Formats: sequence, structure tokens, C-alpha cells
Amino acid sequence: MPVGPFGLDPLVWAIIRLIVAVVLVVALILNSSLLLIYLERKTQAIMQDRIGPYHTGPFGLLQTFADALKLIAKEDVRAGQTDVAFFIAAPALVFTPMLASYVVLPFAPPLVGADINIGLLYLATLGSMGVLGIVIAGWASNNKYSLVGGLRSAGQLISYEVPGILSLVTAVLVVGSLSMVKITESQTGPITNIFIIPLAFATYLVSALAETNRTPFDLPEAESELVAGYLTEYSGMRWGTMLALTEYGNVVVVCSIMTTLWLGGWNGPGVAAVPILGVVWFTLKVYALILVFMWVRATLPRLRIDQLMSFCWKILIPVTLLNLAVTAVLLIAFPTTLLPVAIANWILLVAFVVLLPVLQQRRLRHLRARLRERTATASLAS
Amino acid sequence: MPDYSLSYFYVFVFFGTGAVFVAALLTASGLVQPKKKTAEKLRTYESGEEPVGSAWGRYPTHFYIFALLFVVFDVEVIFLFPWAVLFRTFGWYGLVEMGIFIFILVAGLFYAWRKGALTWY
Repeated sequence: MPVGPFGLDPLVWAIIRLIVAVVLVVALILNSSLLLIYLERKTQAIMQDRIGPYHTGPFGLLQTFADALKLIAKEDVRAGQTDVAFFIAAPALVFTPMLASYVVLPFAPPLVGADINIGLLYLATLGSMGVLGIVIAGWASNNKYSLVGGLRSAGQLISYEVPGILSLVTAVLVVGSLSMVKITESQTGPITNIFIIPLAFATYLVSALAETNRTPFDLPEAESELVAGYLTEYSGMRWGTMLALTEYGNVVVVCSIMTTLWLGGWNGPGVAAVPILGVVWFTLKVYALILVFMWVRATLPRLRIDQLMSFCWKILIPVTLLNLAVTAVLLIAFPTTLLPVAIANWILLVAFVVLLPVLQQRRLRHLRARLRERTATASLAS
Repeated sequence: MPDYSLSYFYVFVFFGTGAVFVAALLTASGLVQPKKKTAEKLRTYESGEEPVGSAWGRYPTHFYIFALLFVVFDVEVIFLFPWAVLFRTFGWYGLVEMGIFIFILVAGLFYAWRKGALTWY
């Protein structure tokens, strides 16, 4: 009879491990959203030359904890016109895929919930499942702001899914596996994937910002146009589950995907000797990316919906497809070395960053000339 | 039990946990929160105005166009994933095959672009 760790029966061990994993992940989601909201408020405050949360606890550290308690004790109003079943189901429908994503995230060599051989495909699938809950929330509220917010969200999330997944496929081409653990293990050296395929990282970063509804892509809940978008009719803990837990949970998930695919995951000095040290490196990398997200939020204004859609379909998707094609051809042509792929990718990244403003200026000049022509003919006619 | 079915068992348990956790959290919140319903509170929020009609009406068709385009590209992506894992085994043959497939889809995207389907009114 096979014996598992600690001399336990393998089945008993598997069940104990499962319970521990579930408890750890739920605790992680609750704590990280509490911490991330505090971090977000503090970083925004520092960047805007304010103080931020200050009074509750040392350095205001207990502020989000107090907010969470307030949310739990708050009445969650359900307006009379709503579609009851869907309105109640929506928070669970957005929360569950987010929670299920954590099962494949490789935190450290001994800390992986389940090493599925199609881990990355699984994460991509769960990423698109979140849209369902948001559209259902928008529809069930029977509120015009909610409906417009939900539909915008559907349009935005499904559009940015395509360049996001194409960037993931580019990384899979280089690594040759969909298992999150194998992807991490392929990047033990200091040369991680970000040096080999930086353009794929940049395009995934943009689509990740859109996928998690963060500025400059937070159109579904643009407060100056739509009150709160699909969240307008939600209040109390229902709102807390949908916004605080799910949004920040999703930010952690996309940053973990980026860490695993491009930044080498748990790899770092000392991990070979002490495997559990991987958690520290993984967390540091994830939080560095989250701080980039917060920095972007403090820096960039919100886009318009037409700019958002045309940027995705006319620029981001062609660029990711081109990147995919170039990477595939170079990998087949030079099967032994990654150097040509890296050179081509860096050239493409520089071209992308330099050409984008040039193209935009040319387009604006063209549009302004046409507008002048039109006003000139209009004044001649009058 | 084979290792991979155990992995998928984990996945299903996580899905269950998500639903149970949300249900438990909302039930706990329901036990401690005040419940004072008034007619104003239950009215649909429309920036303080009296809501006119229901929101369940007609809405622009652009969303459908983008949804159709998305379906096309999502199916493409499903084909790309297995190819990306095995493309070193397939070599040039697989690359040309996938190139033709992507070319047809890009031609479709270009057609939609020229037709003005990507313009937002």
C-alpha cells in the first residue's frame, strides 16, 4: 500500500491538503483585498499629495477593516423592479470564477493547489466567465445605468480577451507548455521571458488592465457618466463581494499570470535550497505589478468607449497577431536559440511604442483637415 | 486515483467553495443588517428623477457585431492553444497550416473593418 507524506494514507492526505488549500485561498482573498484597498488609497493619496487613511489604527491600517465591518452590517437594498433570482446570483457568479482561478496559481514549489496540465487555458476560460456575472448583474438590476454599464463591460471584456489570450499564446510558444508549474520551471535563470518577449508582456499588461476594469479602462463603472455602471443597484455586502473582493481578487490573478509567464514566478535567489522561500519572491513580483497598476490609475485619464474599442480591434489585435506570427516563424527557423526571437520582439516593441503617437497624430491631422473643409463649404453655402 | 483526476476534483471543490462562501457571507450579513424598506428606497435609482419605464428595452446593435467578431477570434484562440504546445513537433507544416487559418480570419477582420463594423457611433 502506498504511503503519502507524514505516513498518512494518500487519500486522507489529499483531503487534508484540499481543506488547507481552500482555507488558505479564502483567507488570502479576504486579506489581500483588505490590504490592496488600503494600499490603493495610500498610493493614490501619496501621488496626489494627500495623506489618505490616517485615523483608524496605526497609519490608518485598520481603515479598510472598519469599512468591511460597516459593509457587513449595512442594509443591502434590492429595488422593487429587479429580476430577483439573477440579482441574487450575480455576486456569486462573478466571485466563483475568481476564486477558482487561485487553484492553479504556483505560489512556491510546495504550494500549488493543483498542477493542471492545461493550467493557462483554464485561467483564460475563467477570466472570460466573469463577464457573465457582470452582464447578468447589469440586466437583472432593471436600471438604465446598470444595463449600459453591463453591456459596455461585455463589449470591453470580450474584446480585450482576444489580444490578452494571443499574448499568452505567444508566451506558450516560447515555453512549450500550458502547465503553470512547468512554465515557472522553464525560467530558472536570470533571463526570464520578459527579456525574450517584451512586446507580448506589454500587450498583455494593457489587456489585463482592461480585463480587470481598471483605469484607464474603467468604462463599465465610469462614475461621471454611469453613476456606478452595473453596480448601481447593489449595496451592502453584495456590493462588497462584487467590487471589493472580486475586482481586487482579479487584479491579483492577472498579476500572478504575468509573474508566472514573464517574470519567472517563484524563482529567485535561495529558492533551490529553501523551496518555501518561493512565496516571498512570488508575492514581491505580484505586488510590484500591482503597484504598476495603481501608478497607471493615478497617471492616465479614462478613455472614451469608441477609442477603447478601436484601440483594441484596430491596433492591439493586429499587433499581437503580428507578434505571434513573427515569434512562431523565428522559433521554427532557429530551433536551438531564442536570441532571434528576443531581438525581433524588442524591435517590434520599440516600433510599437514609437509609431503609436506618430500614427495618432497623422490621423488627427487628417480628421482636422476634413473638419475645416466641411466648415468652409458650409460657410460658403450659407 | 490518478493524479490528474485528483487535480480536477480540487477544481470542482474550489468552484463549490466560491458559491458556498458568497452564500454564507451574504447570509451572515443578512442576519446583522437592519431591514427598513420604504417606497423611495425600493425605487430604481435614476439620479433622483422618477424612473421612466423599464430598462428592459431595445439597445444598440454594435454590441452584437463585436460579440460576433469575438466568437470568431475566440474559436481561433482555442485552435491556437494546442498548436502552441505542440508546434515544435509539427514544424513548418503546422506553421503554414496555422498561417493559412489565421490569414483567413485576418481577412475577415479586415473586411469587417472596411465595412465599418469597428466604428462606434
